[in-house]
Amino acid sequence: MTNQIVQGILLGGYYALIACGLSFMFSVMRIINLAHGSLAVLSAFALWLLASRFHIPPFLGLAIVLPLMAVIGWALQRFLLERSARGGALLPILTTFGLAIVIDNVLFEQFGADTRSLAPFIGSLSYDSWEWPGSLYVGKLAVIIFVTAVVLLGGLQLFLTRTGLGRSIRATSEDPDTAGLVGVDARRANAIAAAIAMVTVGLAGAFLGMRATFDPYAGATQLLFAFEAAVIGGVGSLWGTLIGGIVLALAQTLGATVHPQGFLIGGHIAFLIVLFIRLYTSGLGLGGLLRLSTGKAS
Amino acid sequence: MSLLSVEDLVVRHGLLQAVRGVSFSVERGETLALVGANGAGKTTLLRAIAGAHQAASGRVIFDGADLSGVPSHERVRKGIALVPEGRRLFVQMTVEENLLLGRTAGRPGDWSVERVLETFPNLKPRRHAKAGHLSGGEQQATAIGRALMSNPDLLLLDEVSLGLSPLVVDRVYASLRGLISSGTTIILVEQDLNRALSVSSKVICMLEGRVALAGDSKNVSRDEVTKAYFGLHRKAAGGVPA
Repeated sequence: MTNQIVQGILLGGYYALIACGLSFMFSVMRIINLAHGSLAVLSAFALWLLASRFHIPPFLGLAIVLPLMAVIGWALQRFLLERSARGGALLPILTTFGLAIVIDNVLFEQFGADTRSLAPFIGSLSYDSWEWPGSLYVGKLAVIIFVTAVVLLGGLQLFLTRTGLGRSIRATSEDPDTAGLVGVDARRANAIAAAIAMVTVGLAGAFLGMRATFDPYAGATQLLFAFEAAVIGGVGSLWGTLIGGIVLALAQTLGATVHPQGFLIGGHIAFLIVLFIRLYTSGLGLGGLLRLSTGKAS
Repeated sequence: MSLLSVEDLVVRHGLLQAVRGVSFSVERGETLALVGANGAGKTTLLRAIAGAHQAASGRVIFDGADLSGVPSHERVRKGIALVPEGRRLFVQMTVEENLLLGRTAGRPGDWSVERVLETFPNLKPRRHAKAGHLSGGEQQATAIGRALMSNPDLLLLDEVSLGLSPLVVDRVYASLRGLISSGTTIILVEQDLNRALSVSSKVICMLEGRVALAGDSKNVSRDEVTKAYFGLHRKAAGGVPA
């Protein structure tokens, strides 16, 4: 059981990493980015391309891919999301849904349906492990991913609270009109926030490729994990995202021990329980929840 | 050259014309009181000067530059700061963080967090408190301090006494008098006629989006302003005598 808990916590680091960008974009721009998973897969393919065609190892390739992801995030916000947000809350969701379909199919067109992995390009790191007391074997890559997640979330927290740009982003997320009245360029703050979110997505995509396999349509699953971890942890809370990721991973690990196919089910159940509790404690109450489920107005 | 010239400004909220061809000017170091009943267009006028509302026609000239189409954050860089009605603080942030946000425009000047805390001593013990946990008076002081942190040439104050106890209003106005005596140019929207007239050098009374009365505060009697306030004394809209 200790082994499952440790592995679950470490897997939670990956989920926190992939949920971080989704949560960040929602909390700042109020946009649910349904292309989140596909963008992570795009990053994984970019690293795979650099490794397989140009012999640039994935960790070195990040120096190229992450700035590129930042530019993609900035451009997405400026030219697509900002414009679609003017059409109401639903339009950006549909836009990112469309974007996900475009990315998936462009990747399919370019790379075919074969599954790929970055593991062959990182040597023994993908399977190397440390032996911890109690005959626990902990994967080195899993530890690296977890530490990266903690450092990234901590760094983001420091950036948001200790820097002028971070404060501008927080102000924009809280009240964009008033932010403008104190001298914050809300458009710029949103574009920078989108760029930061895409860097975290790029990093998550890299680790997805290193720890598992991916194909052009792998984005939907990653989006689901990111969404579940973000909701469990509380959207907009950076450390909550880490807790959400760990809870999701522990539930999946627990599910897998109960039944061979219980891995995903365990995570979904944890997500639904937390969602129910959040809705119940949001003031809706049981009656409100029942009315929501039956579609009857109060 | 006037610091601010508003020329035949028209601002609409959908079909409603909230500001109807208003013109006036403000010189450096002056304090202009903008008074009028609810719905007279004072707040809309102030927000249009700050860039929060786009003008349908007319011009706002600030320090010789036409501000047509200039967004609100750029206007802060040019030296206009608004203390909005209802304070509009960032409630998830501390007092200090709210004040530091005022520095975003990067204008050079003497205002710092320490100076704001000296100007509003009631904020000193609340420096690290969340803005959402402050009392009304502390919130107002933070909102004014945040605007001052941008080292503005023109400070726009919208209903600074709204919702505050008389004692707290006295404190806020004592601080304002300090700012006025230091030469800060201010446009003050205020419901309380006595207070507005006591601190201002010029007064404009608005009625239904138009200037109903304009003049020097010393030369305009409270009775005249009251008549204009209720539409009993109508004067053709026009510029304030310099």
